[in-house]
Amino acid sequence: MNNDSPARDNSGRALSWTPSQRELERQASRKAIGRKKALIATLSSVIVIGSLIRLIVTSPGWQSVKDTFFDWSYGGEVLGAVAKGLVVNIRLTIIAAILIGIFAMILALLRTSRSAALTPFRLMATAYVDIFRGVPLLLVILLIGFGVPALRIEGLTNSVLILGTTAVVLTYSAYVAEVIRSGILSIHPSQRAAARSLGLSSSQTMRHVVLPQAIKRVVPPLLNDLVALLKDTGLVSILGVTDAVRAAQIASSRTFNYTPYVTAAILFLLITIPLTRYTDRVLAKSIKRQNAQGAA
Amino acid sequence: MNVLEVKNLRKSFEDHLVINDLSLTVPDHTATVLIGSSGSGKSTLLRCINLLDTIDDGSIYLDGKEISDPEINVDEVRKNLGMVFQSFNLFPHMSVLDNITLSPIRVHKVSKTQARDEAMTVLRRFDLADKADQFPDRLSGGQQQRVAIIRSIAVKPRLLLLDEVTSALDPVLVNEVLSIVRDLKSDGMAMVLATHEMGFATQVADEVCFLKDGNIVERGPASQVISAPQQAETKDFLRRVHEAGRL
Ligand SMILES: Nc1ncnc2c1ncn2[C@@H]1O[C@H](COP(=O)(O)OP(=O)(O)OP(=O)(O)O)[C@@H](O)[C@H]1O
Ligand SMILES: [Mg+2]
Repeated sequence: MNNDSPARDNSGRALSWTPSQRELERQASRKAIGRKKALIATLSSVIVIGSLIRLIVTSPGWQSVKDTFFDWSYGGEVLGAVAKGLVVNIRLTIIAAILIGIFAMILALLRTSRSAALTPFRLMATAYVDIFRGVPLLLVILLIGFGVPALRIEGLTNSVLILGTTAVVLTYSAYVAEVIRSGILSIHPSQRAAARSLGLSSSQTMRHVVLPQAIKRVVPPLLNDLVALLKDTGLVSILGVTDAVRAAQIASSRTFNYTPYVTAAILFLLITIPLTRYTDRVLAKSIKRQNAQGAA
Repeated sequence: MNVLEVKNLRKSFEDHLVINDLSLTVPDHTATVLIGSSGSGKSTLLRCINLLDTIDDGSIYLDGKEISDPEINVDEVRKNLGMVFQSFNLFPHMSVLDNITLSPIRVHKVSKTQARDEAMTVLRRFDLADKADQFPDRLSGGQQQRVAIIRSIAVKPRLLLLDEVTSALDPVLVNEVLSIVRDLKSDGMAMVLATHEMGFATQVADEVCFLKDGNIVERGPASQVISAPQQAETKDFLRRVHEAGRL
């Protein structure tokens, strides 16, 4: 801060000041308390984590587990292949996320619409969501991955990658549609009344007033679903898609060493942990914003 | 010419009769003030006029045209009606300017620049020009309600419906909102408003209607209904208002 022209608020009052003696004492004591807390946290972490590691490392089977799961030189060898597989997972996640976003939005809008003409579609959307939320993703992948090619319909793809992605999109769209729908329903009816009383039609009200607020609210839970989606793309390996899981499987079956699985897990974590941290931050921010709105 | 005519209106919720055979006429450029105790049906009447609630019987005419006809295009009717709610209901994800220009641009197909120019002119008139780019949560309650009123007149309605626009506000903020309503009244805007502020009612009302159990028990100029009520119910209500210190 510049001493010649201290920062000022709207009314021109200086924002910087010389703290009183009492405030300086308070600051010092806050610092002391902080140091004490940090010391306790460190000590307790060292003791708890240290004894856990000791328990594992001194267990009778540790040496053989170490050789078959944590063979770092072998892990380094297969890293390239597994990482190449992970690129497939990431690409699949991005493409699926876009398709899911579109499809889920349509489902959510259908389910919340009150238009008489749309009644059959509304019923279909409801049935769709009920079914796909109730069947395990792995089953959907197997049914579509093996069922569709068995139909032998001319012109329909046999690519396991496309079929696997389709299965993921179908299932996740049902989950995401429900998240979006709950966001739409969470917008207070008075917002709708205000928009309608301004002459906006019900679709204009949805588009300009309800949806923008609803989407802001559901971003944090949807980011959670994105993390889950990335992990679940690993399930398409069952169809033979060479993703990170499949690449690890191939490498480990060659040598009967499980280190490639650990390698794949670590690579997944390198992406999911930052993404999860980011989600937490977004969530904290949105809670703060909503509280501020409530207070106003 | 009457802007609004309500004839023999009936409205009930389940088996609770809220508006009972109520008739009301609002000539152009005049203000009709609804007074009456809590639950007497003021909000319900306004919501019925704005077609937010469907009526059970009777008819409502806007500029001589029946709007209680189920065949009518509700969105078209609402283009001519402005409504302001007790709880402001600004759109929190839009700036003040966007709140005001949403309907002119989307519903009335005014060009963006023209809508913004007109909005800024009104904001300047009511000392809110510096808030144009703020979001509603940064405004005081009085400022939010003034923006809500400006938003409702931005579409140049034939009739403005105001439902207790000051009752969610601190007493100090009430005046800034009432003064904007007074200004609109002197511009010649026709309005129906529900209020608990008897002093304000006396100032703006061309006609005061005292509602009790969904019916108008007494009506006339403020000098009569508020200053020299005839009916026992009106006297009783005004005495209670007086005791609460709001006269
Ligand atoms: N949606 C609804 N469902 C059921 N009853 C309702 C509904 N809306 C209003 N009522 C009832 O109708 C009656 C009249 O309510 P209304 O809100 O019109 O009163 P008011 O005169 O505006 O009162 P206040 O001065 O407290 O705002 C009340 O008894 C209320 O409980
Ligand atoms: Mg009311």
